Amino acid sequence: MAKLALLFLFALPLLLSLTSLLPLHCNAFSVDRPTDRRLLVLVDDLAIRSSHSRFFSSLQARGYDLDLRHADDPGLALRRYGQYLYDGLILFSPSVQRFGGSLDLAAVLDFVDAGHDLILAADSSTSDLIREIATECGVDFDEDPAAMVIDHTSYAVSETEGDHTLIASDDFIKSDVILGDKKIEAPVLFRGIGHSLNTANSLVLKVLPASPAAYSANPLMKLSSPPSLTGSAISLVSIVQARNNARILITGSLDMFSNRFLKSGVQKAGRSIKHEKSGNEQFVTEISKWVFHERGHLKAVNVHHHKVGETNEPSMYRINDDLEYSVEIYEWSGSSWEPYVADDVQVQFYMMSPYVLKTLATDHKGLYSTSFKVPDVYGVFQFKVEHQKLGYTSLSLSKQIPVRPFRHNEYERFITTAFPYYGASFSTMVAFFIFSIVYLYNK
Amino acid sequence: MGAKAENGPKPPPPLSSPPPFKALVKLKTKQQELLIRSAALALIYVLAFAIRLFSVLRYESMIHEFDPYFNYRTTLFLTRNGFYEFWNWFDSESWYPLGRIIGGTLYPGLMVTAALIYRALRFLTFAVHIREVCVLTAPFFASNTTLVAYFFGKEIWDAGAGLVAAALIAICPGYISRSVAGSYDNEGVAIFALLFTFYLFVKAVNTGSLAWSLASAFGYFYMVSAWGGYVFIINLIPLYVLVLLVTGRYSMRLYVAYNCMYVLGMMLAMQIRFVGFQHVQSGEHMAAMGVFFLMQVFYFLYWVKDMLNDTKLFQSFLQITLTCAIGVGTLALGIGMASGYISPWTGRFYSLLDPTYAKDHIPIIASVSEHQPTAWSSFMFDFHILLILFPAGLYFCFKRLSDATIFIVMYGLTSMYFASVMVRLILVAAPAVCLISAIAISATIKNLTTLIRKKSKAALTVSSKATSNLKASAKALLDQSLPFQRNGAIAVLVGAFYLLSRYAIHCTWVTSEAYSSPSIVLAARGAHGGRVIFDDYREAYYWLRQNTPPDAKVMSWWDYGYQITAMGNRTVIVDNNTWNNTHIATVGRAMSSYEHEAYEIMQSLDVDYVLVVFGGLTGYSSDDINKFLWMVRIGGGVFPVIKEPDYLVNGEYRVDKGAAPKMLNCLMYKLSYYRFGEVTTEYGKPTGYDRARGVEIGNKDIKLEYLEEAFTTSNWIIRIYKVKPPKNRW
Repeated sequence: MAKLALLFLFALPLLLSLTSLLPLHCNAFSVDRPTDRRLLVLVDDLAIRSSHSRFFSSLQARGYDLDLRHADDPGLALRRYGQYLYDGLILFSPSVQRFGGSLDLAAVLDFVDAGHDLILAADSSTSDLIREIATECGVDFDEDPAAMVIDHTSYAVSETEGDHTLIASDDFIKSDVILGDKKIEAPVLFRGIGHSLNTANSLVLKVLPASPAAYSANPLMKLSSPPSLTGSAISLVSIVQARNNARILITGSLDMFSNRFLKSGVQKAGRSIKHEKSGNEQFVTEISKWVFHERGHLKAVNVHHHKVGETNEPSMYRINDDLEYSVEIYEWSGSSWEPYVADDVQVQFYMMSPYVLKTLATDHKGLYSTSFKVPDVYGVFQFKVEHQKLGYTSLSLSKQIPVRPFRHNEYERFITTAFPYYGASFSTMVAFFIFSIVYLYNK
Repeated sequence: MGAKAENGPKPPPPLSSPPPFKALVKLKTKQQELLIRSAALALIYVLAFAIRLFSVLRYESMIHEFDPYFNYRTTLFLTRNGFYEFWNWFDSESWYPLGRIIGGTLYPGLMVTAALIYRALRFLTFAVHIREVCVLTAPFFASNTTLVAYFFGKEIWDAGAGLVAAALIAICPGYISRSVAGSYDNEGVAIFALLFTFYLFVKAVNTGSLAWSLASAFGYFYMVSAWGGYVFIINLIPLYVLVLLVTGRYSMRLYVAYNCMYVLGMMLAMQIRFVGFQHVQSGEHMAAMGVFFLMQVFYFLYWVKDMLNDTKLFQSFLQITLTCAIGVGTLALGIGMASGYISPWTGRFYSLLDPTYAKDHIPIIASVSEHQPTAWSSFMFDFHILLILFPAGLYFCFKRLSDATIFIVMYGLTSMYFASVMVRLILVAAPAVCLISAIAISATIKNLTTLIRKKSKAALTVSSKATSNLKASAKALLDQSLPFQRNGAIAVLVGAFYLLSRYAIHCTWVTSEAYSSPSIVLAARGAHGGRVIFDDYREAYYWLRQNTPPDAKVMSWWDYGYQITAMGNRTVIVDNNTWNNTHIATVGRAMSSYEHEAYEIMQSLDVDYVLVVFGGLTGYSSDDINKFLWMVRIGGGVFPVIKEPDYLVNGEYRVDKGAAPKMLNCLMYKLSYYRFGEVTTEYGKPTGYDRARGVEIGNKDIKLEYLEEAFTTSNWIIRIYKVKPPKNRW
C-alpha cells in the first residue's frame, strides 16, 4: 500500500509535466463519458492518506486517478492554460487556513461553476476558508468552533458512556439514485459538526439529517444557553446539485470516511441489533458514486418533432397541426449509457404559459414520444421538457418553434352554413343583370 | 418658382412687345402658353424631387427614423419572397413570443409600390438596389403630387392657380418633412393618393361622369392600401356631400359621383386585410354609410317631387319621409352599437376630436411626440407665408363659390383643425393650404397684371392713392377709377414676389437644416465649428448582428424595435407597431422595477439582452431617461404596482441627488448610468455630470447583480446589457 503510494508520488511530477504539455489529456469529463476521472484530494495532514485509505482505494478501484496533496502545497493549481487539470475535488483538509499555489476560494467556486464536482468534509477544527466554501454552496456550519453534534437518543452505543457525540444515524434520504438501490441496513457513524441549510438556496438537500433530539453544542461545557442549532434543522450530510449539474457533497465529519468508522461495528442506542459493520462504507461509496456522476446522470438526444405523417422537421407549424414529438433519454450507469425508464417525463408546448402539457410515453428503450394538436393560437412556442427529479441531473430542453395562422388559401372555400348567403349574392347578381337588360332595352 | 414668372404670358401678349424667340412667334398663342406651362411644370417636377435630396447629400442614401425601417424590411421581404409570402407573412422576430401577422396588420401600398418600381427598373435593366428605390420613393411621389396639385388647381380655379399650387407644394416644408429622400414611410405615397383621390372626386362631381367617379374609387383604394389616414377621406367626402345637400346643391352629378365612389371604394377597400370589414362595422366609417342612404332618400324625394305636382302635399310627404329616414338610421346605428356589431370609435379618433383625451386615457398615443398638439411656431415653420395667404384664398373661394371651391374650402378648414390637434397632421393640411394659397396668389397676380396691362393700353389718367395690401388691390380692380392704381399695382406685385422669394428661401433653409436628418445618425457642431457625426445607433445594431446568437431576444423600449429587427436582425419584445398595450406595459414595468423584479419579468420573456439609449454623455436629449416617465405611465396603466409619484419628487422629475429613491434604483436608471459616475463629461464639472439634463447624477455607485454590460457604443448613446443566467449554486 505504502509502496503504491510512493510510486504514485514519484509518478506525479511526470504526470503533471505531461498534462501541462498536453492539456487535453485529462479533459475527461465529456457528454459521452460523464464520470470524472482525475480527482484532486487535499489533506491537511498526510496521515489521512493511510487513515482514510479504504475510501481512497475504493475510488481507485472504480478507476479514478487520485492526486493526493497537502492543502498548502505551493504547486497547487486547478487549471492551467484555461484547462482544468482535474474533474473533481475532495477537500479533506478542514483546518487549512489558506490553500497553497493558485488555489483559493474563488478558484474552488469557479471549478464548481465550470461543472466539476466537490466533496467537502469538515470537523471540529474547521477553518474559515472551508466554512466560506460551504456557505457559498448554501450550507452554514455551526459558528461555534467548539460545537459538535450531540444526540442523546440516537448515539452509537460503546463501552464507555461518552459524551454522545458519536452519532449513529439511519434516517437517509429516500432516493435510490443518490444512495443506490441496495438499502443501507446499518446506521452510519458520524462525529463532527452540524450545519444548517440556507433557506434561500433551493438546490441544497439533506441526505442525512440529524434526529429531532440532536443539538449542536460544545460537549465539554455545560449548556448555559439554548443551542443555536437543534433537532432536524441540523444536517449531518448534505448535497447540492448545481444548475450546471456539478455535484457537491458537504459533511461535518471527516471521520465518517475514515477506516476506523468504515470498519467498526455499530449499535444504535435503544436498539438491540448490533451490526457487525457500520453503514459508513456503503454510504460513502454510494454517495461518492452519485457525486462523481456514476449514477443519476441523464442525457437527452435526438429531439425530434414533425407533423403526423411526415418525417422532416418543419421550421414552423400552423395552428391546429397535428404533430409528433420525441426525445431519447439515457442514463449513465458508470460505464455505459442505459435507457432511462420513467413514466413522468412531460413535454410542454409553451408560450409564456404551457398551452399543452403531455406525459411522454416510453418504449423502455430510451425513446419518449407523444403526439398532440397545436393549439389554435399563433406565436413563438417552445417545446419544453423540464425533468427535475430527485437525484437525477436536471433535464431542461427547450426548442423554439413558431406557430403561424392559416394562409389565405388554407381556409375552407365553401362553408355549408353559408350557402344561403351565396344564394343571396348570386341571385342578386342575376336579378340585377336581368333588370339592367330589361330596363335598357325594353322601351 | 417658375410658376410665378409664367403668370405673365398667359393673357394674350401685347402686339407691341418684341418677339423673344422666332420660334415662339410662329406658334399660336395657345401653343405658346401650353409650351411654357408644361415647361414650368416639368421644372417644378424636377425641383420637387431635387429639394428632397438634401438628406442624401448631407448624409448618405439611407433609410431614416423608425417606421421606415420596418417598411424597408417588409419591402425587402416582398421583393425576395413574392407577394403571396408577404401577404401571409407571420413574423416571429418581433413581439416575442406573440409574433405578428405582418401581412394582415400593415398597409401594403407603400411596399407594393416600391417593389413594382424596383421590378420595373430591373426589367429595364437598371441594376439598382432595393434600398435606393425605397430611399427615393417618397421624393418621386412628391413630384407626382405636384402634377396632381396642378390639375386639382386647374379644376377648382384655373391653370394659373394650378401652376402656383404645384410650385408651392413642391417646396412646402410641411410636406417635405415626411417626404425627403430616405423617409420611406406610408405618408410619402399617401399624400399623393389623398390628393389624387380628392382631385378625381371633384372632377367626378364637376362632370357627373361615371368614369371619373370610378377612377376616384380606385384612387381611394390606393389610399386605403397605403395609409390609415384614409379615414379622413371617408369622412370628409360625406361631410362635403352633406354640406352640398344642406345648401341645396344636390344634383345628379353629385349623386353619381358619390354613390359610385362610395360603393366601389368600399368594396375595394375591403380587399385590404388590415381594413377588412371596417367600412361596414366601425363607427368611424358610419358617416359615409349614413350619407349614402341619405342620398337615396334625396333621390327618392326628388322623384316623388317630380311625380307630385302639389307643393303642399310634397311638403308634408317630405317631413314624414325625412323623420322616418332619420329615425330608422338612428335606430339602426343604436342597435348596431349596442349589439357590438358596429365598433365604437378608436382612441386615436377620439383624440382627434378631443386633444386632451389621449393624455388622460391612452398614454401610448400621447407618448409619441408627433401626436402632440401643434405649437404655433411649427405652423409658421411649416407653412410660412401660406398661413397669411390661406385666409385670402378662402376669401377668393367664397367669392366664387362652386361645388369645387366648396370642397377645397372644407378640405382646408377640416385639415387645418386636425393639423392643430396633432403635429403630424400638418402633412394632411399642407396640400389644402397650398391649393388655397395658390388661388390667392394666382387671383391677385392675375388681377394686378391685367390692371397694369389695361392701363398701359388705355393710358388713363391716374390720381394719387396708394394701395398697400393684397386685398385692397384686389378690390381696387373692381373700382376702375381709383387713383395711382398702376403704381400701386406694381408695388403690390413687387411685394408679392418678394414674399414668394422669401418663402422659397425659407423652404430651402428648413429642408436643409431641419428636415433632412435621418435621426439614426446624429450630427452636432463640434467645438471648432466642424460637423461631428454620432453613428452610435448603427454601431450598436451592427454589434448585435455580429456578436449575439441569432435567436437572441433583445428588450428595449418600443421606439427602437423596428430598427433592431431591421438592422440588428434580432428578435425584439416590442416594437413601433404598438398593437399590444399589455406587452409594452410589461416592458415598461420591467424598466421601472428594481433589478431583481425586472429579472423575473425578463426571465419570463426569455430576454437575453437589454438595450437602452442614453444621451448623458453627448447631451442627446431624446434618450430613454427622458422617455422614462412614459414607460412608468404605460406600465402603470396596466400594472398598478407601478405608480408615477414614486418616481417624482414633489411632482418634479429629477435624476440628481434629490431624485426619488425608486427612481435612483430602478432598472432604467441603473442601466443608463452604470459606470457613468466615473466619467468626467465636461470640463469644470464633477464626474457623472449628465449633459442632457444638466445635472450631476444622484447614484454614482451602481452595482448590477443580474445583468452585465455587454457593449457600449463610442459615444455611450446605446448601451447593451446581457442578462445573466440564474446563479449556478442557488
